[in-house]
Amino acid sequence: MATVRILIRNRKGVFDPEGKVIHGGLKRLGYQEVSAARVGKVIDLVFEDEDETIIAEKVEAMCKAFLVNPVIEDYSYEILSTEG
Amino acid sequence: MSFAVVVFPGSNCDRDCFHVVEQVLGQPVQYVWHRDTEIPEGIDCVIVPGGFSYGDYLRSGAVAKMSPIMDAVARFARGGGKVLGICNGFQILLESGLLPGAMLRNTSLKFICKPVYLRCDTRRTAFTSALSEGQVLQIPIAHAEGNYFIDDDGLKRLQDNAQIVFQYANAKGEVTVGANPNGSVHNIAGICNEAGNVVGMMPHPERAAEGVLGSRDGLAIFESVLGQ
Repeated sequence: MATVRILIRNRKGVFDPEGKVIHGGLKRLGYQEVSAARVGKVIDLVFEDEDETIIAEKVEAMCKAFLVNPVIEDYSYEILSTEG
Repeated sequence: MSFAVVVFPGSNCDRDCFHVVEQVLGQPVQYVWHRDTEIPEGIDCVIVPGGFSYGDYLRSGAVAKMSPIMDAVARFARGGGKVLGICNGFQILLESGLLPGAMLRNTSLKFICKPVYLRCDTRRTAFTSALSEGQVLQIPIAHAEGNYFIDDDGLKRLQDNAQIVFQYANAKGEVTVGANPNGSVHNIAGICNEAGNVVGMMPHPERAAEGVLGSRDGLAIFESVLGQ
């Protein structure tokens, strides 16, 4: 079993109103040192397959075809664990 | 002129569109289910209605684009068939790649439901031929993700090809920052593909197609198709 964590966020330059509101909230709380906040989403996928190369290929294909909209979003992912 | 209205799980303007076509336009219309794999023979115009298809999960319209019917709608559009996407239907056409760009959350982060003014920018599409350029329509919006985004190159292509169909404007038809309800690039409320047979718009013309609803301005969008 392998768990893959995909992080999807708005591309740089694409307005992130939710991040802006959260940033404003942190400032009101007194954390002036925070210069920006970005909001994204996390998708964890659990694979039966254990071959990390094959998993990576499949995750890339899924992101491009469905999970991510490249017009507005960027993504990254990491393979968190592989256990027999 | 024969119409089809696509129904997804979570569509909620499908019956309104069906009603307008059947009762107000007086044209034959049928529902098409999201699992169907073909647009029925003899259909001239497909309406992809508003709502919250698949609960807006992942992104608005993202799951609907995986439906078998959307492959059929894409084939229908490539063959020159007329397609109108309204609100969530517009989002689905964007996600499907039938129209360029994408939708973001409204800058206010709020669901906005109110009448707005639109300026018609081109009458070259299947759905604006009964309008005049510069004509102002009052039609309601009802969305949380209607903040249209496209990059600078994409916007230039839209402008060069006259693909901007409607812009949010004031009552005089002036396109102003104050008239933009959701943060859309260039006040864009509706666009078309290069050929002009596929149109997507966030405002709901089916909710402004009879006097009893307070505005009949949306009816001309449906009537335009009849003149094709």
